[in-house]
Amino acid sequence: MRSNIARSLSPEIKGLLFISPWIVGLLWFYLYPFLASLYYSFHNATAFGPGAFIGWRNYELMMRDPLFWKSLANTIYFTAGSLCLGTIAALSLALLLPKNVRGASVYRTIFYLPTVVPFTAISVIWIWILHPRYGLLNHLLESIGVGAPGWLSDPAWAMPALILVSAWSVGNMMVIYLAAMQEIPTELYEAAKLDGASAWQRLIRITLPMLTPVILFNSIIGLINGFQYFVQPYVMTNGGPADSTLVYSLYLYRNAFQFFRMGYASAMGWILFLLILVLTAIVLRSARRWVHYRG
Amino acid sequence: MSDAPSVGQVQRLGRHGVLIFLGLLFVAPFLWLISTSLKTNEQIVQASPAWIPRPATLQNYLNAFNTVPLLEYGKNTLIVTLFSVLGALCSNTLVAYGFSRIQWRSREVFFIITLATLMLPFQVTMVPLFIMFSKLHWTNTFLPLIVPCFFGNAFFIFLLRQFFLGIPRELSEAARIEGASELQILWHIILPLARPALFTVALFQFLFSWNDFLGPLIYLNDQSKFTLALGLANMQSAIGLSDFGMIMAAAVFTVAPVMLIFICAQRYFIEGIVRSRTT
Repeated sequence: MRSNIARSLSPEIKGLLFISPWIVGLLWFYLYPFLASLYYSFHNATAFGPGAFIGWRNYELMMRDPLFWKSLANTIYFTAGSLCLGTIAALSLALLLPKNVRGASVYRTIFYLPTVVPFTAISVIWIWILHPRYGLLNHLLESIGVGAPGWLSDPAWAMPALILVSAWSVGNMMVIYLAAMQEIPTELYEAAKLDGASAWQRLIRITLPMLTPVILFNSIIGLINGFQYFVQPYVMTNGGPADSTLVYSLYLYRNAFQFFRMGYASAMGWILFLLILVLTAIVLRSARRWVHYRG
Repeated sequence: MSDAPSVGQVQRLGRHGVLIFLGLLFVAPFLWLISTSLKTNEQIVQASPAWIPRPATLQNYLNAFNTVPLLEYGKNTLIVTLFSVLGALCSNTLVAYGFSRIQWRSREVFFIITLATLMLPFQVTMVPLFIMFSKLHWTNTFLPLIVPCFFGNAFFIFLLRQFFLGIPRELSEAARIEGASELQILWHIILPLARPALFTVALFQFLFSWNDFLGPLIYLNDQSKFTLALGLANMQSAIGLSDFGMIMAAAVFTVAPVMLIFICAQRYFIEGIVRSRTT
């Protein structure tokens, strides 16, 4: 009997029943907190609740908060740096690793390995490698006679060091480039070879243009991740020295969970969300000029 | 002519030379990690550091386990991770089935809303979620880390939906004619075929939960509740730069399980990442 009823349900009811866990999750863990944080951002919220309505006060404070601007600038610095370095690293690795290279899967595993490791472990490993006095990197630099910077203890070098560390975990980008390269029709290369194109010309005229849609995809993912960058500056530098690695998410976290300015943190969260939306839209708009779409 | 290496051979050798160099560059931090964890403190601060620890010692591991409740952290991490994987498998297969194997009207609208959640940074929802969970008295328990996994995740829904869409529709139609219910079709036809995709989801959720830092940092206060990722960061800030050997030993303990799992099952990871792009 029961199964007869189940079978006679309309597809609408059946579909909604199957996705019902997600509808609950969507309302509970996404939509409610999304709207609540907008509500909090106009309130003097603390850890105990929303508090009093204060209008645009949190947003006004933010505009006059030098640390807000500093953290935003640092985030843009990191995102731009890690995106550029990461794209170059991931593309180079993918170009070196076509499927027919012997041992390709072993190399691929090695290059991907840092990507699966917890960020906290990455952080402690690199704190040690970048140690100004006993660290491996400075030992190497000194042995070849290059001046060794203080890395994480030097305000000018701390952010470049974090960007360098981020380039170690480019596995996802590399794997996506590799897959996209396999989708490029081989006829294109054969035709180019017949026309006498060199390997360099084939790279510049075929491979890179054909990869531009994927470069766009990876750039947007990199942008979203870059603006949420948190663990490494939290563990490795705690925003220092001299706030040189105080990134947006770290400052937001401090406001929420160290200063308990929950309303201010919510306002920062919404500005972060809007920034990501606007930047993604700008990148997508610019895509018309540099992304090559097939067909 | 035949004795001289051809241009192709030279190129191939050059390529392998570069690859070996880069491969060493990528594994060097891990080798250095293991090497440091096996060294005595005198060796660690040596003027000219050596890759091979002489003598090799397990003292750092003993110190790490004696100073910090690493086994407890490991147990906590395992509890959070296993329940999260269970939740992700149960919820996302049902939801993905609804998004792929049943035709219904507002399906595409719901699916676009689902994908939109991928654009929402955790930093936006973090504060209300924290306040909500603390009102429920769920802070300092594993519930805020586990329960959301039982209600679906856009990335996994997307991955599984792609896979389910690739299974021929005739299989379901035939079963429907024979009187099977949708749940029976999901259980007896779709799931056996979707094993690789389910495995990918399980692995990704394992990795997300094992590596998660911000969630445990916000929700867990007592050391006895810490996960490995949080415990390691806590140890680093407590002990700082005074005992690298011990911290490296704890890091090895944190890293080794994910690495082993990745090396054994890397095909599923990489397929999952590749599939995340194809729409």
